[in-house]
Amino acid sequence: IKFGGFFFKNCHNDYKMKFSLDEEFPDLSLHNNHMAKVLTKEIYGKLRAKSTPSGFTVDDVIQTGVDNPGHPFIMTVGCVAGDEESYEAFKDLLDPIISDRHGGYKPTDKHKTDLNFENLKGGDDLDPNYVLSSRVRTGRSIKGFTLPPHNSRGERRAIQDLSIEALASLDGEFKGKYYPLDGMTDAEQEQLIADHFLFDKPVSPLLTCAGMARDWPDARGIWHNENKTFLVWVNEEDHLRVISMQKGGNMKEVFRRFCVGLQKIEEIFKKHNHGFMWNEHLGYILTCPSNLGTGLRGGVHVKLPKLSTHAKFEEILTRLRLQKRGTGGVDTASVGGVFDISNADRLGSSEVDQVQLVVDGVKLMVEMEKKLEKGESIDGMIPAQK
Amino acid sequence: MASSFSRVLSSKRNLGILSVVGGSVTAGFLLHREHLSAGPSVRRLYPASAEYPDLRKHNNCMASNLTPTIYSKLCAKVTPNGYTLDMAIQTGVDNPGHPFIKTVGMVAGDEESYEVFADLLDPIIKERHNGYDPTTMKHPTDLDASKIHSGQFDAKYVLSSRVRTGRSIRGLSLPPACTRAERREVERVVVDALAGLKDDLNGKYYSLTQMTDEEQQQLIDDHFLFDKPVSPLLTCAGMARDWPDARGIWHNNEKTFLIWINEEDHTRVISMEKGGNMKRVFERFCKGLKEVERLIQEKGWEFMWNERLGYILTCPSNLGTGLRAGVHVKLPRLSKDPRFNKILDNLRLQKRGTGGVDTAAVGGTFDISNLDRLGQSEVQLVQTVVDGVNYLIECEKKLEKGQDIKVPPPLKQFK
Repeated sequence: IKFGGFFFKNCHNDYKMKFSLDEEFPDLSLHNNHMAKVLTKEIYGKLRAKSTPSGFTVDDVIQTGVDNPGHPFIMTVGCVAGDEESYEAFKDLLDPIISDRHGGYKPTDKHKTDLNFENLKGGDDLDPNYVLSSRVRTGRSIKGFTLPPHNSRGERRAIQDLSIEALASLDGEFKGKYYPLDGMTDAEQEQLIADHFLFDKPVSPLLTCAGMARDWPDARGIWHNENKTFLVWVNEEDHLRVISMQKGGNMKEVFRRFCVGLQKIEEIFKKHNHGFMWNEHLGYILTCPSNLGTGLRGGVHVKLPKLSTHAKFEEILTRLRLQKRGTGGVDTASVGGVFDISNADRLGSSEVDQVQLVVDGVKLMVEMEKKLEKGESIDGMIPAQK
Repeated sequence: MASSFSRVLSSKRNLGILSVVGGSVTAGFLLHREHLSAGPSVRRLYPASAEYPDLRKHNNCMASNLTPTIYSKLCAKVTPNGYTLDMAIQTGVDNPGHPFIKTVGMVAGDEESYEVFADLLDPIIKERHNGYDPTTMKHPTDLDASKIHSGQFDAKYVLSSRVRTGRSIRGLSLPPACTRAERREVERVVVDALAGLKDDLNGKYYSLTQMTDEEQQQLIDDHFLFDKPVSPLLTCAGMARDWPDARGIWHNNEKTFLIWINEEDHTRVISMEKGGNMKRVFERFCKGLKEVERLIQEKGWEFMWNERLGYILTCPSNLGTGLRAGVHVKLPRLSKDPRFNKILDNLRLQKRGTGGVDTAAVGGTFDISNLDRLGQSEVQLVQTVVDGVNYLIECEKKLEKGQDIKVPPPLKQFK
């Protein structure tokens, strides 16, 4: 099997094939994650001899899910991709997981990509008395390199070099600077922490068991524009995480900057023959199957003290295809009635579709909040399922 | 016992790593991996210089010894089961170390790692084991406990005595690299052998996946239960994979002989009791080890051992005897004497708090044990601890009476 002109003989997997399927099949009896629900001995038996061209195997895919049985109430994915080819080589396992995670998405479905910000309607009039900040993030993987669970130091450094070059060529509102994690000064570090930009070595075992923290902080870094409204993380959980944000409720502007910035960056990578990983079935390819499609999370920090205690709050969110988090991010609780509200979907709808849902949904919820403030009922405003 | 392992590991070993355990050749059951030689190099996409780790902020034995030249020489090599240099050094790359504590920074994935990566491991071993040169020296093994003299301490000072070591099952990969099947086989082989122990060694196995809540509570109360490793030194080396699959604890009914299965090594063997009878603790230790060895040999297995490195364990710091013999001892006066550390150094002893490595002493009670592992035999090391602890107690008694103490001359390194 060829990869970049070299043959990768996976000696370790060849050795493992001497042991029987039963001997190697993981004990998933106490597990509650998507991988554990889907992986049967039959599927494992079919996949265990395979190896992607770069040497990633099914055991590599599932290790994080074996090591992290999960929580009775939170359903984690329990597997990762090591390279673009993982989604093909291990489709017998990943397709059902993708279907479970992404609302029944079928192996034959096609994903729509739409980064034309002009297609977004409204979004510039969210009430800043309620909407404190707006943010859109996504991830991008660079074609021709393996992903964070699997890449070597050499690859990771090459990804960093390419990224630095690409980002350095941006100008205008996107003119900015790169801060490598292992080379920043104390003053720079203080500033990045104060701006809430600095990312740390992952501590979550979901990530560390998948090998994403290896060699930290080698070839990791943060780039941001001078205005501090456009930020790129290099070599954290994905090759690139791209974030556009600002205070207040002008999601339209945040999304415009997001789309324009992404497209500029993509052009530069394409010129170097390293465009982004994408296909018409799975959209943008990222490390975690949960981030396939758009990989987009568009959200706001919004004050909803009354609505959030309303009996129908959860149902409203579900119908609007939105999810809530605390303002510390995923797994945090809300403080003072301020929530992080964002799109729940990633795959099967476009970037414009998903941000539109956020814009429309948040606008409606702010109106509901205002009604509740006046002591009025919101029963007539409960939306239909989107 | 027909398992996939008897098919894999059936014919004579011919890799040049001889097993001459305790002076006798174990005929007919030598094990070998038939399917892959130590040969095929792994092709790399990037040159060694692009892959060489950034070790500028590192302070561990691996970082001190891994030159770009050595990296370049070894980075394409692979052991028969597919373990590579990058895997072996990952823990040292991920854990730069502490300015004051020098960790090893590297592990072995299998027995062959110590051969295939010898260019790096030999200098690390020499540095860690105070000059023991694996290229020229031989390690003595001696588990004859009758040779220990003066091995009963004054119980007014010594609260408990303990000896621990590790053993690896030849033919199966070590915890950083083992597959689930191999780990389960280690468990089966060892539990099977332990079931054959009799009399004062008769006991029971508690699998981590299957123990009842009551059993778990009892093991916690006895301070026997081990947890999933949280130290990044271990997790970055892959030793916590698939937890708690195939992990467990065995102990005898009297709770004086305890075996951990598939934690940081295939097995960790511990003999202990309250009070100061180190001789009896060591007698049980030796008897138990020899019995287990005999029982696994009946089934065609053996421990990893060679005369260059002694018993082969995951961490290079545990080569040789892998033995730590120690006591919890009350030394309130001596520990406050400014000469305490020097005395310990010269006696080739180290102190720890009674919570184990990295803890502080409480109320003048210390964990005192041997510093060395490799280059001296089990008997020699235990005698060193016996002599040393007796000396420390004498110092404590002198100080009680207001008499002065002497710093003993330094012991010779390798005997």
